[in-house]
Amino acid sequence: MSIQVRTMADMMAAGESPDILFWVGCAGSFDDRAKKITKALVKILNHCKVNFAVLGTEESCTGDPAKRAGNEFTFQMQALMNIELLNGYEVKKIVTACPHCFNTLKNEYPGLGGTYEVIHHTQLIQDLINTGKLTLADNGTFKGKKITFHDPCYLGRANDVYEAPRELIEKLDAALVEMKRCKTNGLCCGAGGAQMFKEAEKGNKEINIERTEDAIETSANIIATGCPFCNTMMTDGIKHFEKEEDVKVMDIAELIANAADL
Amino acid sequence: MQQLIFGVLTLASFGFFAFNLRKIAQNIHMGLPLDRSDRKADRWRTMLLVALGQKKMFTRPIPALLHLALYASFVITQIELIEILVDGISGSHRFFQESLGGFYTFMISFIEVLSVLAFIGTVAFLARRNMLKLPRLNMKELAGWPTQDANLILVFELILISFIFTMNGADEVLQSYAGNSNGFAISSQLGPILFDGMSNHTLHILEQIGWWGHIIMVYTFMNYLPYSKHLHIFMAFPNTYYSKLEPKGQFTNMQSVTNEVKLMLDPNADPYAAPAADAVASRFGAKDVTDLSWKNLMDAYSCTECGRCTSACPANTTGKLLSPRKIMMDTRDRMVELGDYKRKNGPDTEDGKSLLGNYITEEELWACTSCNACVQECPVNIDPLSIIMDLRRFLVMEESKVPTELTGMLTNIENNGAPWQFAPTERMNWANED
Repeated sequence: MSIQVRTMADMMAAGESPDILFWVGCAGSFDDRAKKITKALVKILNHCKVNFAVLGTEESCTGDPAKRAGNEFTFQMQALMNIELLNGYEVKKIVTACPHCFNTLKNEYPGLGGTYEVIHHTQLIQDLINTGKLTLADNGTFKGKKITFHDPCYLGRANDVYEAPRELIEKLDAALVEMKRCKTNGLCCGAGGAQMFKEAEKGNKEINIERTEDAIETSANIIATGCPFCNTMMTDGIKHFEKEEDVKVMDIAELIANAADL
Repeated sequence: MQQLIFGVLTLASFGFFAFNLRKIAQNIHMGLPLDRSDRKADRWRTMLLVALGQKKMFTRPIPALLHLALYASFVITQIELIEILVDGISGSHRFFQESLGGFYTFMISFIEVLSVLAFIGTVAFLARRNMLKLPRLNMKELAGWPTQDANLILVFELILISFIFTMNGADEVLQSYAGNSNGFAISSQLGPILFDGMSNHTLHILEQIGWWGHIIMVYTFMNYLPYSKHLHIFMAFPNTYYSKLEPKGQFTNMQSVTNEVKLMLDPNADPYAAPAADAVASRFGAKDVTDLSWKNLMDAYSCTECGRCTSACPANTTGKLLSPRKIMMDTRDRMVELGDYKRKNGPDTEDGKSLLGNYITEEELWACTSCNACVQECPVNIDPLSIIMDLRRFLVMEESKVPTELTGMLTNIENNGAPWQFAPTERMNWANED
């Protein structure tokens, strides 16, 4: 099935306006693994006939990694440019599959003049299922599988979203198993605070290895995430333990798209 | 004579305590302004739940229960202190016993039971620190004074409780000689075991030792607090009241930067315009405690060094140098050092030292993943992450001390709007790929 994506510019030229903007994010746009998550989400949006648009080439980094790295100038340059663009298109509602974009757009843009209703893609999917727009096929994809959910810090602790992703996993024909550190006690994957873009400081272990051990301990077949950076870190961790055959790292959007035969 | 000694002792104790509280207030006021006067109902609720209700302690139930015994006993015993003050000044003996009757017996019994629980809790805490060697209570930032401080507080509590039972126990035996009993839950049993058969004279002396020992320990304890991590018993209340109520992920937007960035983005701005009259020449980010907010400094005074933050910190648990608890201890120690220096040498003097550099290193700051685990864990809502971020901001924006890989990331964002080197024109390619 080919995907249908329109940009804000196209829509505006056609005199239309979307109900929601899909903020793809840099990882979702450029990272090969994360692009698959982007497409899984678009498939869901297409299937449910959600009237959405993306910014396309006009989108630019929210500035999150710059802000966490301590460079407030670069952050605010990005933020003010993005806000001008978003306000120009009269955007009211945004969905994103990246908790870092989610946090920044939701919490840090309002103070700079950009106030939108921002939701994480797990919240949108949950809503689509609850309103009957999306039904999961009984295709047995996850029958007998154990799935554990790794809480992204910027979704969980940072914004108190713990239940939406879990409710979605519970809708699958699979068992949700929790790691010993989960929800408010969830351990970071090691990527936040701009760590994704640098080598870790000197220590005796990589954080993603520590976290992958938590996940392996649950004997889950799938590590579900809701963040492209967590996805990278956990995938690397699984590779480190040479468990690629036994344990898959997947985004919630991919799990749902599979379960809905999309 | 005894009343005079008591009066002088009481005045001196409260006077010295007030003197030290003033210093603490002065030190906190070295911080930058920050408005936390909003959402009063939410603030009261947070304080009641987190400080009074100990909500966050109960994520670890066993230490929480032991701590609750100490805490409840401390709070309830203050009621008895009222009587001690009245007896001390008027020279009466158990002033409220007759008028309150059965309620008095109940109150003192209640205090006695709590005191026994507190005694057990204190012994358990000493054992946990010194025998079980709990990892988070035996880390390198606690070497020396912090460890002594912790043990000293616990020993103070044991002595204090021992004096209470010496007083009530001796009194009970004295009463029993006259065919009476105070009827207090613990001392009516414990007193005869310890002191039965002693002469009236000895018992009177023991009762006096208990009474004076108790009040002297209370005053010692009170005046020790300002020098100790144990100050959290007071600071927990204002500190939770002034908690950050925004989502944990929301970092401050620096207004000083907004002004400059808006100028840069405004094509009509006059680049040679004189700065606005109200512009404050301050630095970007924090180098020293005076660049932090007053709430950051109040946080530092509220820390009791329990180390829950550090034990949850992903950087620390994987062997990195960063410890959120050390960040708070460093902030407090530096604040006290600078405060003392300024009081001695004048408010506008500088001692040439700073929090960043003399206390906290760059390596610690760059180990942080900003995951908020430390903020989540803290039982009194301290925010170490806010200090870490402000110090990072200074490093990056004032000193251009950025790890090399991050320089690349920042340049990419500035040049092509993504942390990686991809052209903006390629941003939609995913839609056409298989």
